[in-house]
Amino acid sequence: MKMTENALGRKVPLEVPGVGAFAPYAGPFATINALNPFSGAVHKVRTAQRGNKIAASIEEAVKKSGLENGMTISFHHHLRDGDAVMPAVLEVLQKMGFKDLTLAPSSIPDAHECIADYIKSGLISRLYTSGVRGRLGKLISSGEADIPVVIRSHGGRARAIEAGQISIDVAFLAAPACDKTGNMSGSSGPSACGSLGYAMTDARYAKHVVAVTDNLVEYPLAQNISIPQYEVDQVVVVDSLGDPNKIATGATRITRNPVDLRIAYNTFLLMKASGVVRPGYSFQMGSGGASLAVSIYLEEYMKNKNIVGAFGLGGITGHMSSMLEKGLFRTLFDVQSFDTAVTSSVASNPNHTEIDSSWYANPFNAGCLVNDLDCVILSALEVDVDFNVNVLVGNDGVLRGASGGHSDTAAGASLAIVVVPSFRGGICSIKDSVKSITTPGETVDAIVTERGILINPLRADLLESARKAKLPVVEIHDLKAKIEEMTGIPEPIAYDESKVAAVVEYRDGTLIDTIYRIK
Amino acid sequence: MKNKKDKSKQPCRSMLYIPGDAPGMIQNACVFGSDSILLDLEDAIAPSEKDAARKLVRSFLDEFDFGELIVTVRINAADTVYFKKDLEEIVPADPDAIRLPKCDSAEDVRKADALITEIEKKNGMTPGGVKIHAMLETALGIENAFEVAKASPRVSAITLGGQDLTADLGVQKTRGGHELFYSRGRVVVGARAAGVMAFDTVWTDMNDPEGLYNEAKQIVELGFTGKAAIHPSQVDVIHKAYRPDYREYVRAKRILEAAALAEKEGKGVIAVDGKMVDGPIVARAARLVAIASLYDYEEEEGLSQ
Repeated sequence: MKMTENALGRKVPLEVPGVGAFAPYAGPFATINALNPFSGAVHKVRTAQRGNKIAASIEEAVKKSGLENGMTISFHHHLRDGDAVMPAVLEVLQKMGFKDLTLAPSSIPDAHECIADYIKSGLISRLYTSGVRGRLGKLISSGEADIPVVIRSHGGRARAIEAGQISIDVAFLAAPACDKTGNMSGSSGPSACGSLGYAMTDARYAKHVVAVTDNLVEYPLAQNISIPQYEVDQVVVVDSLGDPNKIATGATRITRNPVDLRIAYNTFLLMKASGVVRPGYSFQMGSGGASLAVSIYLEEYMKNKNIVGAFGLGGITGHMSSMLEKGLFRTLFDVQSFDTAVTSSVASNPNHTEIDSSWYANPFNAGCLVNDLDCVILSALEVDVDFNVNVLVGNDGVLRGASGGHSDTAAGASLAIVVVPSFRGGICSIKDSVKSITTPGETVDAIVTERGILINPLRADLLESARKAKLPVVEIHDLKAKIEEMTGIPEPIAYDESKVAAVVEYRDGTLIDTIYRIK
Repeated sequence: MKNKKDKSKQPCRSMLYIPGDAPGMIQNACVFGSDSILLDLEDAIAPSEKDAARKLVRSFLDEFDFGELIVTVRINAADTVYFKKDLEEIVPADPDAIRLPKCDSAEDVRKADALITEIEKKNGMTPGGVKIHAMLETALGIENAFEVAKASPRVSAITLGGQDLTADLGVQKTRGGHELFYSRGRVVVGARAAGVMAFDTVWTDMNDPEGLYNEAKQIVELGFTGKAAIHPSQVDVIHKAYRPDYREYVRAKRILEAAALAEKEGKGVIAVDGKMVDGPIVARAARLVAIASLYDYEEEEGLSQ
């Protein structure tokens, strides 16, 4: 593979065999600023039979779809770990004898270990995803699953689909509520999951769309149509979309972990000191740990100060929808509902808007919402002294995370805060150089730990505000040294740099990093 | 203790209990914002883990930099087989204080005092460096509060152990805490009379920060100098209860200014806003300003401008 060095000094391939050519990363906004309008994916015009689009089975639907070996199929991951649609469809495709497909889901739930088997069997020969975890991550990092893997952010995937770099031939989209013409919604039915934001982009651009539902409603589906009938070619009715207990995860609980709570409190203090928490501000936070816990302090402060935010964005948790309910935000833009506490808000609150992934985060359209974010709270597996963030590779060097909207929101938001405990599993979270760059340090304004707040030297103004507010600001090298005094420094991971396990695309389509196989 | 400093003048509003067998928590002790920690070898540790916990706490005291934190270790009571072993292992590591459970009388303190002195001498330490925080956990202990507090110069605090005490009194701990009213008063007065700190017992319901706040507010008003916490989330609640009112803070600062001026001018009488102010009021103002310096009054200062 011919490699080149990108603007962050990382070696990346100029071409990935079987996938195509890539440009090296040149800076967070270099490609965007240099962009001349160009034509992207060609929208296929198609006609459908009037009325009923019901196919008798997944197999029938596959036959009618025109799927051939070598083509690209997609799925969404809105049903979380409860999803049974992707495994069911892959099983049918395997039985029908397909091979050499590109699997391009919006992401892969942790539960879908079966993908590893379909890679081994030859059904899947290329994988485009937001991330991989569990056994699949191990197989890819060890080289046992030897196929090209391209990791994209949510905004980067929307861009790649619209630009034609991901050309979806058949999208199999789980539909918690669907009518016979294919109008579908995510916010009702026994497998309700809330927003279908990622699926919307697939439905719009795929050459053929198969809705898979366990809840065929009388025509027409009356409320909250996420995906309209004119984008859907066939509808398959199955007994179940998956495990309702894992789809309906219940409200995400706020952590009781005292370290995470301290990080959350420090984060809140930094937000306050920066002046970002003001009437009309916009905000995105994560779904767990310290990131979610920020909402405890934020909510109290906004109530006391009568601050109403303009919008909350992103993956939406029950805590965000409750803040909408209480009037603390005027609007929620919801590309993905993180827990089922959100579903009823999507279904019934007119100010809770379902958005597609392009509207959310695609850098190559006339204006995505992440660009209007005032503040985002993000998590990390590790960070480095240049403020680069890795959310993909664990301390063992194995793929175990997802890019999600990390780099999109960091680039878009005026204040991007990364929260991370200063050490985990006895290993310092601050490295000289992260194992893999997901989000470039230039777009990260601050890193908040339980042992202090680290501010990017590029943000002298933020540093001044934090100092003025007497926040526990620490220099990143100093904290690293202090933590390493406790933890020691682990041996570096031995990679086989002749073997690429996955390439990491930045949101603009350039390659920001390469993940190698472990020895 | 590693990098030990004199912390005897530091405020000690909160004491966070950390089980002595929980290295994962001890290593994070500095991040929760408490004024002090209590490494517990007593109630939190099962009999089978006593030896391991004692060794672990010793290692942490030897190796770990607790920074500005006041570090105390609660050992097992004198009537247990662990008492002597605990002191022999922990005292040489020079913690700020030993928390001594079940002190019923001055004699209980003096026995521990003698043993600690012996260990200090044997280890070439200056005798008296390791303080005693004496726990009063019985009706008898409460009645002897003052005697216990002045039993030895080593005693720098007496502390009320609410759970055993309510059991000894034959009452239930209530949310309002009126059953402890007399005992708390006795501890505060005894401590103040002997010139030592007075610490209050724990609030056991982790999920009731409001109840904790009300109780903390009550004991601050009673005159306790600190309160123990069983979970890091309780620390901020206790500190909130200790936050002096801004107007009192401003008044206390003016009292100190007036006192400083009077001393400079050699006047015996201090007047603030036309009112006479005497010694104890100046001392209280100094304590209040010391505590207030730990808080941010930016908002109130903004409003008053």
